[in-house]
Amino acid sequence: MTYKERLDKRRFDETRKIEAKVGVIPNADGSSYFKIGNTWAYAAVYGPRNLHPKFLQDPSKGILRCNYNMMPFSSSGERVRPGGSRRSKEISLVTEKALLPVLDLNEYPNSVVDVFIELPQTEAGSRCAGICAASMALADAGLAMRDLVCAVSIGRVDDKLLVDLDYLEESYENGPVADIPVAMMPNSNKITLLQMDGLVSKDDLKKLLEMGKKACKDIYEIQKKALKDKYKREADK
Amino acid sequence: MNNEREHIIRLFESNMRLDGRKFTDYRPVKVEVNVTNTAEGSARVIIGKTDVIAGVKMEVMEPYPDTPNEGSIMVGAELLPLSSPEFELGPPGSEAIEIARVVDRGIRESKALDFKKLCIKEGEKIWMIVLDICTINDAGNLLDASSLAAIAALRNTTFPEYKDDKIDYKKKTNKKIELKDVPLSVTVIKIGDKFLVDPDSDEEKAIDARLTVASLSDGTLCALQKGGDYPLTSEDIAKMIDIGIEKGKELRKLVK
Repeated sequence: MTYKERLDKRRFDETRKIEAKVGVIPNADGSSYFKIGNTWAYAAVYGPRNLHPKFLQDPSKGILRCNYNMMPFSSSGERVRPGGSRRSKEISLVTEKALLPVLDLNEYPNSVVDVFIELPQTEAGSRCAGICAASMALADAGLAMRDLVCAVSIGRVDDKLLVDLDYLEESYENGPVADIPVAMMPNSNKITLLQMDGLVSKDDLKKLLEMGKKACKDIYEIQKKALKDKYKREADK
Repeated sequence: MNNEREHIIRLFESNMRLDGRKFTDYRPVKVEVNVTNTAEGSARVIIGKTDVIAGVKMEVMEPYPDTPNEGSIMVGAELLPLSSPEFELGPPGSEAIEIARVVDRGIRESKALDFKKLCIKEGEKIWMIVLDICTINDAGNLLDASSLAAIAALRNTTFPEYKDDKIDYKKKTNKKIELKDVPLSVTVIKIGDKFLVDPDSDEEKAIDARLTVASLSDGTLCALQKGGDYPLTSEDIAKMIDIGIEKGKELRKLVK
């Protein structure tokens, strides 16, 4: 049996429903949340601020530090033990690498820009949601940026190529599955995150990256609107 | 810092607070339940700009040897670095642990939860309620926000299906956790010779002493915790308890 139709009736190139909002954590220098389907990511940016301990400082430029964390009750299965895992460490690292290319931290020697990503609820695509939220929060913090970063998962389920896999698709058992989270800079089309689990042909990957680009453009519009809406809200007050 | 404290006290003398509230006024309080569908129960509490989420995960485990026929509850609090420039990554510090333990005692000692009803098979399997509180924004009074979120999340909790010694988290039942009462904590602050509730971040930095008063709907006390660097007289404590019980009744109306 082949995968004919998506279980939630989405088109193969359609993402789940997205909601984004900027300026949601008053204490932070920049903040946002990004919801895609049942996945919900908060991001807060603090900095540029002093970096301690001192030996971590770079006198030539500021550094970016990201931390991805799932809240203990954010998994539909067992409770996630607080304190981080190997998985969350790796995601923090690739998130950092996904965001760094849009930032210019040369003006902030010896400083750090901290990005904290917290997920109250997850169901597939959480690292991409975290990156989308973080990129809006960095913009909200007023940092100089070359572009935003938009992220989405692409992949295959059986013989179908699709965008934004949900949990049931990731765990599809009647055929091969590939899950490929990507992050892009929408204005230059450059890719800043690429990971893959599963089997996929070279040709299919090419097609998928094109589908990803298109989805990222849509996400980009949502992110821009969320950023503008914050200032509209403030102007209305 | 000291200037700020002096300013706060000077204002108090003309019976005013920084944001114009009365001494026994809370900032606007909002309680929202079922905020995350991955938890078996959840609630979000917003007090002014303070914002916390509490979520419950149900687990099945072996009972503690001294209580073979009783389930249990475990409360954790995470002061996320996302929520304040003053919080850092790493294991919970003393502030987070105090919040978790005060919330835990307020619920446990109220006897609102009947732990015997959380027993699945005596000596072998019990339900463990794991309640985690995560801060989204700290603008003061995390203690009361956490306590309110915790009880609202518990009341929102439904058991997942438990069959053949396994929990199926995907299947939620209609069975709720039984709670005989709504224990609630109110933290009363002493600054100079004034008593107040719901301090914002600036007032919190200026406190002399605080008393967290957990009470039941009939006014019975179920847990107390004194904090702050300065001592209290028994007259102070009597006044603070009265305020705590009174305000607890108001907050209880927000928990449906």
